[in-house]
Amino acid sequence: MEYSPPPFFRRGPGLGTRLIFFSLLSLALLFADARFGFLENLRRGVGVILYPLQSLVDLPGDIAMYAADFFVTQTTLRSENENLQRDNFLSSIRLQEYAALAAENAHLRQLLDLQPRVDRPSLVAEILYAARDPFIKRIVLDKGSTHGVQAGAPVVDSQGLVGQVRRVFPWVSEVTLVTDREQAIPVQLVRNGLRAMVFGLGYDGALELRFMPVNADIETGDVLVTSGIDGIYPAGLPVATVASVERVAAYPFARVTCVPAAGVDRHRQVMMLSPGEAFPDRPPPDNVQQRPRRPRRGG
Amino acid sequence: MMRPRAFGRPFAEEILLPVKTGFVALALMVALLLNLLPLSGWVLLLRPDFIALVLLFWGLEHPRKVGFLPAFLLGVAMDVAQGSLLGQHALAYSALMFAAIAIHRRVPLFGVREQVLHILGILLVAQVVVLGVRLATGSEFPGWWYFLPSATGAILWPFARHALTAPLRPRSERKEI
Repeated sequence: MEYSPPPFFRRGPGLGTRLIFFSLLSLALLFADARFGFLENLRRGVGVILYPLQSLVDLPGDIAMYAADFFVTQTTLRSENENLQRDNFLSSIRLQEYAALAAENAHLRQLLDLQPRVDRPSLVAEILYAARDPFIKRIVLDKGSTHGVQAGAPVVDSQGLVGQVRRVFPWVSEVTLVTDREQAIPVQLVRNGLRAMVFGLGYDGALELRFMPVNADIETGDVLVTSGIDGIYPAGLPVATVASVERVAAYPFARVTCVPAAGVDRHRQVMMLSPGEAFPDRPPPDNVQQRPRRPRRGG
Repeated sequence: MMRPRAFGRPFAEEILLPVKTGFVALALMVALLLNLLPLSGWVLLLRPDFIALVLLFWGLEHPRKVGFLPAFLLGVAMDVAQGSLLGQHALAYSALMFAAIAIHRRVPLFGVREQVLHILGILLVAQVVVLGVRLATGSEFPGWWYFLPSATGAILWPFARHALTAPLRPRSERKEI
């Protein structure tokens, strides 16, 4: 008969065995998430469990903010009110010009037989918190799939493009900022209409315009707006301003650094636009052997 | 009668009450909430990983009661909360639990100051695991400040240990004498 220890001494599997088991489990999760991305349901489920805890933790901050709002002085309110009135006055003048321009634009488009521009439905959301991971530039907003948020939606604030919705949970959604390393946006120079791609660098307050030839017509101070050719971002949203252009003849490309237009760290409210209309399918590549490319997430 | 000053003494000299599962769960829950705090800026850079700290305590103190499973589950929860790749914190906390259980007989023999060094090492191991996963998936090295939370966590260890052992210390029952 086989020897087995009395139950008093039974300790379960050994330490190394347990470490190997849980390490393999973690590695399986990592691979499944990184390579195939079919763990979104699991992620959503855990997100739902975490949501009440998150709101509980956010509560003190919310109360402090409410109290600060309550005890705000009259002078602050008055100066704020004056500022808002002045802004409103300027905006309303702009808006009148805009209405005339929009009518003119619609007319011109009709004359040129172009497709009319569509107004996208939008949704105002509040920033709950910034991601705690130093590697990634992300914010979490308080609107989710129950409010009609879709993954891939562009997020803007009053000054420009903030980022793009990456993951949608039932009540919150995760936004990749334009400064994230994985984020790339097709842009256009306002001054001369030059098209380019702008990439995040992974730290605050800087973007990079890549693959621009050394002789490209870019100057410091040029404003970059979304070109709209990707079908995700509407055309004409301010993205960044060119901060410096380094042209070294030894390299094929100029080194162009930009400053993002939107102030993510300054505002609490942002606006989510619905992702763009589906473009017509691309024409099939003629007799070129092309492997099907895996679509990049959030790209 | 003077009660022995527990702070700054090794575990071995203390006789603690048996720990209840509810208390373990409560401590881990509080750690999770502390980790979820909406911090930003330099506070975030310094914020220790409270879950790692509490897991480490239970791994050293009650390796039979708290094993790999809570470490793994809390790791998955942290990954979801941070929006990072699923499984990297699970892997890090599993490694941390292994290290804690492996040296749980040795650490109590040291005083608090020497314990802090052990804790620092284990916390660094957990962070290196996360860093390794990030580097393997294409991130760049973020800079040496990335390891600051391990240092603050190790500095917090005496306080965390004191806070967690306080409810387990038997009360002096002078009235009954």
